[in-house]
Amino acid sequence: MDLAKWKNKWKENLHSIKKQEMNKEKIAKGVFFAIVRKEFTDYITSWRIIILLFLILLTCVGSLYTAITSIQDAIDASDEAKAIARDSYLFLQLFTISDGTLPSFITFVGFLGPLLGIALGFDAINSERNKGTLSRLMAQPIPRDYVINGKFVSALLLNIVMFLSLGLLVMAFGIILLGVPPTFEEFARIICFLFLCIAYIAFWLNLGILFSVCFRQAATSALSSIAVWLFFSVFYSMIIDLISKSILNPEAMTSVEQAISRQGFVLNLYRLSPNYLFSESTTTLLSPTVRSLGPLTTEQTAGAVVSPLPLDQSILLIWPQLTGVIAATLICFAIAYLLFMKQEIRSN
Amino acid sequence: MLGEPIIALENISKRYDQHDAVNQLSLTISKGEIFGLLGPNGAGKTTTILMMLGLSEPTSGSVRVCGIDSTHNPIEVKRRVGYLPDDVGFYQHMTGMENLLYTAVLNGISRKDAEQRAYELLGKVNLLEAAHKKAGKYSRGMRQRLGLADVLMKNPDVIILDEPTLGIDPEGVRDFLALIKELNEKEKLTVLLSSHHLHQVQQICDRVGIFVDGKLLALGNVASLAKQLFLEDTFVIHVSASPVSKELVDKLRSIPAVHQVDRVDNELDIYCDQDVTATISKIVVESGSSLFYISRKDFGLDEIYHRYFEGRELNGSR
Repeated sequence: MDLAKWKNKWKENLHSIKKQEMNKEKIAKGVFFAIVRKEFTDYITSWRIIILLFLILLTCVGSLYTAITSIQDAIDASDEAKAIARDSYLFLQLFTISDGTLPSFITFVGFLGPLLGIALGFDAINSERNKGTLSRLMAQPIPRDYVINGKFVSALLLNIVMFLSLGLLVMAFGIILLGVPPTFEEFARIICFLFLCIAYIAFWLNLGILFSVCFRQAATSALSSIAVWLFFSVFYSMIIDLISKSILNPEAMTSVEQAISRQGFVLNLYRLSPNYLFSESTTTLLSPTVRSLGPLTTEQTAGAVVSPLPLDQSILLIWPQLTGVIAATLICFAIAYLLFMKQEIRSN
Repeated sequence: MLGEPIIALENISKRYDQHDAVNQLSLTISKGEIFGLLGPNGAGKTTTILMMLGLSEPTSGSVRVCGIDSTHNPIEVKRRVGYLPDDVGFYQHMTGMENLLYTAVLNGISRKDAEQRAYELLGKVNLLEAAHKKAGKYSRGMRQRLGLADVLMKNPDVIILDEPTLGIDPEGVRDFLALIKELNEKEKLTVLLSSHHLHQVQQICDRVGIFVDGKLLALGNVASLAKQLFLEDTFVIHVSASPVSKELVDKLRSIPAVHQVDRVDNELDIYCDQDVTATISKIVVESGSSLFYISRKDFGLDEIYHRYFEGRELNGSR
C-alpha cells in the first residue's frame, strides 16, 4: 500500500520535474526566437540593407532583360529553334546569357552577393559593443551564444528569403516573357543554384561576423572584409596567373603525366579562393554541358557520349566545391563563436 | 550586520596578462543594504562586478550571489540580479518602451505583464511622456533613468549599478539617488553601487568599501571608516583667535579629549577624539582673546579619499 503510494508520488514528482524542464526549454526557445525576430526586423528596416536589396533587384532585372531579349531574338528566328531550345536547357540560360551590354545574372550575384553578406555581418557584434547594448544584453538571463547565433540565423534567414524570392521571380518572368516553361530538371537545377548562392553569401556573412568580433571599430571590420573580398575577386587570380606561368612553362615539362599534374596543381591553387569555387559550381549547375572541371585528355573523352550531364552527375561534379564553401563558412563561424565566447564583455 | 549575506565573495582574484585587476578580495553584502564600492578609475570595480554576474571568470576564489555560484551558473544569477553598466546603451531606433519590452522578452516575461510593468516603471523613473520616443533621442540623464527601469523589469533581488551617476547634472543625480534609496526602502532591494564620486556614495550608502588597485583597503560605514583610518584623532578643530597666549594653549591641552594642539601664529589645529568645539570656544573667550573663527573638520569620505589617493590620478578622474 505504502509502496504504491510512494510510487505514485514519485511518478508525480518526476512528471512535474519533466514538465518544468520542458517549460524551461520552451521559454529558452522563445527567447532565442525573440532575438532572431528583433535582429531580422532590424535588418529589413535598416537603410543599408534596403539599399543593397534594391541594388540587387535592379541589376537582376537589368541582366534578365538583356538575357530575355537575346534569347527571344534567337527563338523568333525560326520554329525549329523552339524545339532546339527545349533540348538545350534554354531556360537556364536566363541566368547565364548576356548580350554584352550588361553582365549575366550569375556574374551579378557573384559580385553583389559577397557585398550583401558583408553588409549583413560586418557590424554584428562590434556595433552592440560600441553602443553599450552588449553588456546590457549580457546581463539578461540568456546564454552568451544566443547573441551571436541569433545574429547569424537572422541574417541567414534574410538571405534565404531574399534569394529564393529573387530566383522564383526571375523564373516567373522567364515563363511570362519567353513562353517556355522550365522542365523539372531545370527547376531543380535553379533551386540547387539558389542554395549554392545562399551558402556562398553565408560564407561572406560569417567572415563579416568574424571581423566584427575581432575589430572594435565597425569601419575597420567593414574595410577588412571588403579587402578580403577584393583580394579574392581581383588579385588572387592575377597572382595565380603569375605563378602558373612558371609552373606551366612548356619547356620545363617532359611528360603528359607531368603536364596534367601541374595543371591540376594550378587549378587547386585557384580553388583556394571561394570566388573560384562559386563560379565553377554555378557554371556546372547552370550549364549542363560542362562535363569536367579539370583537364581532360583525349583518351578520357574517347567514347564519351556528347550530351549534357544529368543533374545528379552535375551535382557529383561540384560536390567538393559545395562542401568546400560550406566548410569555409562553418570555420569562419566557429572561430567567431569561440572568440566571442572568450571575449571580455566590458565596453571600453 | 543586517541579515543574511546575499553577495559573498571569497578570496577572488582576477589576473590579466601582467597585473592583478582584483587581488584576494573577500566581501560580504547583506540583504537589504546599500553598499558603495568606492575607488578611482581602474581600481577593478567593474571587473569585480562582472565576476559577480558571471560575465568574467575569476582566476581564483569563489563568488556566490543569492546563494548561487556565479561562475558555474551565471544564468540563474542573472535571473535575479539587475545590472546597469556604466555608459548603458539602448537600441536607438527603438522607443524606450520597446527597449524595455525586449528586455522583458529576454527574461521570459509575457507580453501582457511586461507592458503593464514597463508603464509602471516608466512612471516611477519619470519617463512616461518619453515612453514612445526613440531611445536615440534621449538625453544622458534620461538614458540612465531608462537604464534603471530596464534593470527593474525582471523584478530583481539585487541591483548592481556601475557608476550610475556619471555624466548626469547635480539635480539629476539627486533625483536618481533618491529613487534608489526609495527602492531600497520600499521594495527591500539590495543595492550595490560603484562610484568614484564620494559625496554621492556617502549620501545613500549604508556601508562603503574602498577599493584601490584590486584590494579592499577599508570597509564599514562612513563614521567607522574614519575611525579605522584616523585612529583616535577623529576630529580636528580649527581655531583662529587673537591673541594666542601660552596659557591658552596649555588650557586647551588640558581638555581630556584633546590629544594635540598645533599652533601656527594665531591659528590652532586641535586634534581630539570627541567633538569639544563648545568647550574650546568657551575657554578661548574666557581667557580674554577674541575668537574669529572656529570650525570642525569633518572626516568625510573626502578626507579618507585624499589620504589614500594623494598624488594618484584622482584629479584626472573627477
